[in-house]
Amino acid sequence: MNIVVCIKRVPQTADAQVRVDSSGKDIEKERLTFDLNESDAYALEQAVLFKEQSGGTITAVSVGHPDTEDTLRMVLAKGADTAIRIKAEDFDELDGYKTAQILKTVIEKAEFDMIFTGCMATDDGYYQVGVNLAQLLGIPHATLVSSIEIGDGAARIKRELEGGLLEHDEISLPALFSVQTGINVPRYASLIAIRKAAKKEIAAVGQDDIDKDALVLNTQIEELFVPPVTKRAEIFSGTPEEVSGKLADMLNEKGLI
Amino acid sequence: MAEILALVEHRQGSLRDVTFELMSCGRKLAENLDTRLTAVLLGHNTGEFADDLKTQAHRILVLDDERFKDFNSESYQQALSQVIKSENPVITLIGHTAFGMSLCPALGAQLDIPSSTDCLDIEMNDGGLKVIRQMYEGKLDARVRFRESPSYLVTIRTGCFPAEDGNLQAEIVSSDLKAAEPQHLKFIEYLEAAVGDVDITKADVVVGVGRGIKEKENMAMVEEFAGMIGGVVACTRPIVDAEWLPKDRQVGSSGKTVKPKLYIALGISGAFQHTAGMKGSDTIIAVNKDPDAPIFGEADYGIVDDLFKVLPALRDKITELKQ
Ligand SMILES: Cc1cc2nc3c(=O)[nH]c(=O)nc-3n(C[C@H](O)[C@H](O)[C@H](O)COP(=O)(O)OP(=O)(O)OC[C@H]3O[C@@H](n4cnc5c(N)ncnc54)[C@H](O)[C@@H]3O)c2cc1C
Ligand SMILES: Nc1ncnc2c1ncn2[C@@H]1O[C@H](COP(=O)(O)O)[C@@H](O)[C@H]1O
Repeated sequence: MNIVVCIKRVPQTADAQVRVDSSGKDIEKERLTFDLNESDAYALEQAVLFKEQSGGTITAVSVGHPDTEDTLRMVLAKGADTAIRIKAEDFDELDGYKTAQILKTVIEKAEFDMIFTGCMATDDGYYQVGVNLAQLLGIPHATLVSSIEIGDGAARIKRELEGGLLEHDEISLPALFSVQTGINVPRYASLIAIRKAAKKEIAAVGQDDIDKDALVLNTQIEELFVPPVTKRAEIFSGTPEEVSGKLADMLNEKGLI
Repeated sequence: MAEILALVEHRQGSLRDVTFELMSCGRKLAENLDTRLTAVLLGHNTGEFADDLKTQAHRILVLDDERFKDFNSESYQQALSQVIKSENPVITLIGHTAFGMSLCPALGAQLDIPSSTDCLDIEMNDGGLKVIRQMYEGKLDARVRFRESPSYLVTIRTGCFPAEDGNLQAEIVSSDLKAAEPQHLKFIEYLEAAVGDVDITKADVVVGVGRGIKEKENMAMVEEFAGMIGGVVACTRPIVDAEWLPKDRQVGSSGKTVKPKLYIALGISGAFQHTAGMKGSDTIIAVNKDPDAPIFGEADYGIVDDLFKVLPALRDKITELKQ
């Protein structure tokens, strides 16, 4: 099985301060750390598991800025064979659909039985690039995939629906799977693998290889802003002992404990 | 003005709540744009669904075929692309659900119609279509502008457009479009979630734990705390992904919905997929060291501090009170 994995380097924002920059359309990046997008880590691991099972190659592709190479190197250390960075800096503003068009021009030249993406990127939250890409390549797709078993020319998959319900489907290969978190337990890279990956070449593709003018941009961010507050918790302040005292009293008065 | 289309979503013989939210959203848009709302219903033997939707739209377009009984992204996409081509709607509304996440981006790319997903609000006027959507894990909202197009696709986040009663009298029109035999995708069956030993939906007190708990070893102190206040431990998705708790303890859109008297969120950021499953709780308390965590927008009471300091202190205070 030859597998392409689409990966994205994203800012880690869950417990960081996220501030709008002076353009009003982007965030201040200086103080943020960046890493592989969460669901992409599961997509990569799934590819590595299949490779260990039945051979084949893994190609990791990312549309990203030069520092994406750090993330791609980690992806190589975890088991990808080759990595391609498509130079985001060559393509001006991006949205999900434009990213998919760019990925398509590179991936259609590769040999693959399966493409894995994450189900969504935690920065833009589009839930779009994978399915757009499958459609542009003319292959079937499944989203929110939480299990894959490969058979003869087809895969049996489970998709996660709302409320814990699963859908069991059969899908013909080649196909694209947008992978949900929890499908496996992603591994850490070994030190030896990290050292080896440091020496590997990362291919770069840019505007010389892709016709920029043919790309369509569907949407543009006009403004980023802090979500309006509809409800705001009453915050207890003080030392841990003080706030715990206030909270315990409140719970006690309300008869909740 | 071209019409608004809204896709009816149903599963296992029932209309899903999101369908009524889409209709409410669609009626408002139709009113503002002085046009009509058409509900597009793909299914099999759907008479009852059509009855339930009668007051919700100006028209219900029914595509009845055995192959539409269960969602199949391939056959649904094939039929819907033809509906969109022949109806030329100005906006097609779809739920941001497991159904919409598969359909919308595929239809957009197939038909070359600009699409935007997971939208919280929609505005359409002379300046064109704009939507509000969240980015950066709920920390910021974005106002997004579309390129000019005669038709747009939008998926809306559940819970953003409250379902309202309609007062329309829909004309029911059956389409003669039939489903093509899917070539690539076959629906096999639904698999129900496994049932575990603890039913978190029945508890009066739920202690929800998130990634802020850091290590599996730390789960014990949460179990102990929950036991002390007569509660059960539930969690966010990453805790289940890491296999620290079974799936039946997960609260949220892809887990369970709980409405206890008291929900205590420990080290939970408050992603909408999580809050969707707990915001109906009577009293919500959040402990998180990040003052900007979206969870404080859902909670009634909050403590901005390290949970590893707060939890032992709270345990001691409660022990004191109980003596
Ligand atoms: C299709 C789909 C369905 C999903 N369904 C669900 C679902 O059903 N349920 C669900 O929960 N999620 C679901 N998710 C995932 C969801 O988007 C979030 O990723 C998840 O809820 C985040 O979990 P978390 O709050 O535990 O982790 P994070 O977002 O990483 O937040 C951890 C929080 O802990 C805080 N923290 C860290 N250390 C401390 C400390 N020492 N003291 C106090 N606070 C601390 C941080 O400030 C941060 O706010 C779904 C995602 C997708 C794409
Ligand atoms: N710039 C990118 N480069 C490579 N893959 C991407 C990029 N953006 C998104 N993807 C893939 O598409 C998935 C969904 O992203 P999104 O549609 O942005 O939420 C991600 O999990 C990645 O696998």
